[in-house]
Amino acid sequence: MLTALYIMLGLALLLGAALGYAALKFKVEGDPLIERIDAILPQTQCGQCGYPGCKPYATAIANGEADINQCPPGGDEGVHALADLLGVEYKPLNEEHGQTKPKAVAFIEEDLCIGCTLCIQACPVDAILGAAKHMHTVVASECTGCELCVAPCPVDCITMEPIEETPDNWKWKYPTIPIKPVINLK
Amino acid sequence: MNAPINIASLFKKTKDIFSFHGGVHPPENKTQSTRLPIGSLALPEKLVLPLRQHIGTIPKVKVAVGDYVLKGQLIAEAEGSVSAAIHAPTSGTIKAIDNAIIPHPSGLPDQCVTISPDGKDTWIERHPQDWKNGDINKLIASLRLSGIVGLGGATFPTQVKLRKNGKSEIHTLVINAAECEPYITCDDMLMRERNDQIVLGIQVAQRLLGAANVVVGIEDNKPEAIEAMQTATANSDIQIKVVPTLYPSGDGRRLIQLVLGKEIPHNKRATEVGIQVFNVATVVALYRYYEFGEPSLSRIVSMTGNVVQPQNFEVLFGTPLMHLVHAAGGAKPDTSHFIMGGPMMGFNLPSTEVPITKAANCVIAASPTLFAPQPPAMPCIRCARCADACPVSLQPQELYWFAKADNFEKAQDYNLFDCIECGACSYVCPSNIPLVQYYRYAKSEIIALDKAKEAANLARERNEFRLARIEREKEERAAKHAARAQGAKSAKAEENKNAPASDKQAAIAAAIERAKAQKAAGNVTPKNTSEISPQTKAEIEAIDKRRAKAGLSDDKPLTTDAEKQAKIDAAIARAKAQKAAAGKADANSAKPEIKQPVADAEKQAKIDAAIKRAKTLKAATAKPPTSDVNSKPVADAEKQAKIDAAIARAKAQKEAVLKAKEQQTKED
Repeated sequence: MLTALYIMLGLALLLGAALGYAALKFKVEGDPLIERIDAILPQTQCGQCGYPGCKPYATAIANGEADINQCPPGGDEGVHALADLLGVEYKPLNEEHGQTKPKAVAFIEEDLCIGCTLCIQACPVDAILGAAKHMHTVVASECTGCELCVAPCPVDCITMEPIEETPDNWKWKYPTIPIKPVINLK
Repeated sequence: MNAPINIASLFKKTKDIFSFHGGVHPPENKTQSTRLPIGSLALPEKLVLPLRQHIGTIPKVKVAVGDYVLKGQLIAEAEGSVSAAIHAPTSGTIKAIDNAIIPHPSGLPDQCVTISPDGKDTWIERHPQDWKNGDINKLIASLRLSGIVGLGGATFPTQVKLRKNGKSEIHTLVINAAECEPYITCDDMLMRERNDQIVLGIQVAQRLLGAANVVVGIEDNKPEAIEAMQTATANSDIQIKVVPTLYPSGDGRRLIQLVLGKEIPHNKRATEVGIQVFNVATVVALYRYYEFGEPSLSRIVSMTGNVVQPQNFEVLFGTPLMHLVHAAGGAKPDTSHFIMGGPMMGFNLPSTEVPITKAANCVIAASPTLFAPQPPAMPCIRCARCADACPVSLQPQELYWFAKADNFEKAQDYNLFDCIECGACSYVCPSNIPLVQYYRYAKSEIIALDKAKEAANLARERNEFRLARIEREKEERAAKHAARAQGAKSAKAEENKNAPASDKQAAIAAAIERAKAQKAAGNVTPKNTSEISPQTKAEIEAIDKRRAKAGLSDDKPLTTDAEKQAKIDAAIARAKAQKAAAGKADANSAKPEIKQPVADAEKQAKIDAAIKRAKTLKAATAKPPTSDVNSKPVADAEKQAKIDAAIARAKAQKEAVLKAKEQQTKED
């Protein structure tokens, strides 16, 4: 009887120590849920969701403060992916936060640019190069198309140019079967 | 008993030719274009050279419109590690460097260089190289300028295939002469007519690779070519292996399996197990490059199908498609479109205005009788005939299922990217489902998604870096301010220990008064006119003119009365300030500053700006970043403050000028 108790007690102590050690040793840094939500978000950093970036929005979703349908650049697929990840019901994109647009990059009209650096400060990914009183330019490959640089420009020299289809980014289309005209039986 | 007996060798198969899974037997249609020898074409009126003729980075153009180029002159040089150069196929003038339709399934225009030939066909100075004894590394390095790409259709730059990366050495060179796709006969004709060059080309490739064994794989439907090659290689150790006709035996991995009996793991390259594959036409190009110094300028193209006289032609790159069609007697009236490549893997050319490129091994004129329109696709009946035909042993019916449903993850689990798009599955499908179309769709979607993911990761990284930088700058600034404040405090404490706490306020009040006085005096001139653009200057001038008309000119010097008045005002103000200062604080703290009457409106503005900045900073820190949808996502209080400061400064200056004007008009 006593032996059994001792054994159980010993086991409890041993396993408790092992678990305690494991908890310290394999401690997970940060909230993996935030990381996983952030991985789904498109990283446009546009703030259309109402948060100052994708990470803050991911944090808000993880904390249950924000809805999953506030990200227009992520589109419908993004909402579906978030719904799958979080195990919640899918809901259509909230129109309040804007609509999904085709991907575009900012373009600076170089003749008009006065070199005010306002757009440089607005860019969330440092994709605009330039210096005060010198012409600025957009590094197109780094531009996320967030449109944050468009509003601050005092001379309205920034436009959003949709990305053109080239043989490089061209995609094979989904096979469609042409519908034949119905033969007139009259 | 001198050498130990290798037991394994006793059990080794003596089989010479092996087999691969699946495969189909489409009608060959090869005899039509082999009746005539390889023909040559007259120089076309123009040559359009697309920059995108190979796999990899687009080369960099080295010529300008109007330049005169010689045959073999470099037009575009290889850019990046996987790229190939492009040369002028004949002498002439560069007419244009612009977008034109290229032979690509997308039908989209792309960068092309157009040459207008002068008809002389003058060669640039050629530099033959001693490929038999020369330094191998040097020879391989020089290949970057050759523009040679795999001429079997994949157009992979050959210099990359020969580059030694220090990994496993190549022991076997496989020469791909299977030419398994229907209609195509360019390699067949090359072997019949130029087998001597092929043998020399094989020797070049063998030396550069250091390969001990060479195996040539030819399908048994080309008896003339086999005979020619066997005669040409009689005195060498090159092995000719005749493989049974079965599509797609010309695929690199299938051919290796056929002639060597080795199956390359799906996630490995053939070079990783010491095997390299070259097309016959590619080795001829290699030979001509080293022996004669000729870069890649032309290739043999099968012009077949619905044309009057199907034939193979030696075609300069950039030759317009219709020029080639006319050489073959022209297309028959019922020709509906043209196919580049074979009927199994080729694609419909988007226009008849496209040029012949390095990838064009065959052009087929198609007509409804030759290629009956695809009957409508019926539902998949899961018969798995496609699985039996698949040479890569995939499950095409499953892949079709997943691709159709956009279930890309699952499609990748079923090794979608191992599909070689040979079309055997579509060929055998009893429901006429365009299976390969679905796989191509799924592949390009997955590639696009991967690219988007990569871009998102880059954006995340850059955003995080930016936030960290802003945070760091903020800390640095705070530290600097703290240090300065500390320094000022200690200095002050030493200088006037008995100064009351309110002296600062007094000084500010004094400064404000002073600034007001200055403003009233109106002796402030805008100082920021030195660096404005001529456009703005012109605008200012125009405004000034308008003002002059209205009698508001401020160009006149101040009258003595006005100055006097201003001085009096200033003195009063100063006296007031002194009084105020004296009333509130010890006089000696305010005095030294009051003694300097140089202060101007800018100071006032600065103070205003500082106050504003402080306010905005406060607001920024107090306001949660989430409150405003349109607000910039990152802490931009500093920026805002700067803008505010600038606005305040401008306002102050404007006010000063206006006041001065008012006074003037009054006095006038």
